[in-house]
Amino acid sequence: MQTCLVVDDSSIVRKIARRILEGLNFQVIEAEDGVDALVVCKRAMPEAVLLDWNMPVMDGYHFLSHLRRMPGGDQPKVVFCTTETGVEHISRAIEGGANEYIMKPFDKEIVLAKFQEVGLIEVAA
Amino acid sequence: MTPPDYEYLRKLLREKSGLDLSADKQYLIESRLLPLSRKIGLSGISELVQKMKDGSASAITQAVEAMTTNETFFFRDKVPFDHFRDSIMPEILRARTSRKSMRIWCAAGSTGQEPYSLAMSVKEMGAATAGWRIEILATDLSQEVLEKSKAGIYSQFEVQRGLPIQMLVKYFKQTGEFWQVNPEIRAMVQHRQLNLLHDFSQLGVFDVVFCRNVLIYFDQETKINIFNRLAKATEPDGFLVLGAAETVVGLTDVFKPYPERRGLYRPSGLPATPTGTSTGSMAPRAAAMARL
Repeated sequence: MQTCLVVDDSSIVRKIARRILEGLNFQVIEAEDGVDALVVCKRAMPEAVLLDWNMPVMDGYHFLSHLRRMPGGDQPKVVFCTTETGVEHISRAIEGGANEYIMKPFDKEIVLAKFQEVGLIEVAA
Repeated sequence: MTPPDYEYLRKLLREKSGLDLSADKQYLIESRLLPLSRKIGLSGISELVQKMKDGSASAITQAVEAMTTNETFFFRDKVPFDHFRDSIMPEILRARTSRKSMRIWCAAGSTGQEPYSLAMSVKEMGAATAGWRIEILATDLSQEVLEKSKAGIYSQFEVQRGLPIQMLVKYFKQTGEFWQVNPEIRAMVQHRQLNLLHDFSQLGVFDVVFCRNVLIYFDQETKINIFNRLAKATEPDGFLVLGAAETVVGLTDVFKPYPERRGLYRPSGLPATPTGTSTGSMAPRAAAMARL
């Protein structure tokens, strides 16, 4: 089973994301901010990260920069999931190494489509 | 929307249209029926449901229409667009190298996601299509739908399903909460109102025909009739692309499946199938299929 790390300071969003991802057969680990998430990644790299942008302590963008410099940190597929919906933020995320980008609000269909897009979930032939 | 209202709508839609909504599709009903409620002067979905329960045939018809039509998204089903890029385009580019032109028809172009997905796919091929004249024609029954397609303006929700984020940034311009397809991509697509039940020979002949998720609404005889006419509208070495739940097998021999490419067909060169007789015993049980 693949693991997805959900990084969001909102416990409600984490709960919704957990329900969606478990429905897509992912094992879910939660983190409240970027620092917390780096600790999780040092222990074991997840296959996927669903990442909020604005969080206390360390935001999603800085987490991504740290992650991509870690040994094995190029492996996880990182999908931003944020209320930052401006094209500047999206471009910055892609340049920073994000694989996909979800603009909140989100639902299962969107998560499924994005995870298929980055190859985490196979598309039925 | 209350759970009883949702259950009522789910049951009604299943009975009236074969549309089978799973338990987590509240958002879909809200996104379609809330605008409809407002449009007919009601305060919301609860009032609409009450009107339907009171026996308003008009409210029921409009709700079913709102839920069953024009459901589409960019690169819908992904695989047909992989076939387009990896099988169809290389063959057509090779076969038409002397005239450097090709024609693509989206026979159920709907609100534009399919024709614009094809236009972006062509654009992504870069130098391979440079100097080519590539015409993409999008037709649909509804003028209202075509107007939306022409405008090329989509909500945040619409651009998030199927459209890779890099393509969103590359080919769209953000306007507030909406995203509009770039003029260059919009200019690649022509629009025309058309009912597939009527003669379409005036459109000419195409190298590629996308006719996805529309034939499922027709009965067997009508499908055979449309396939016969589509075969005449497709170049002998051209391609027909059908939806995942559609096939020609058991209905007609005018198209033959392309090996190992599900949903992809080529003209067989065989004569038109007479309506009133199908060619096999494997006619698909497509009537119950819905577009979602």
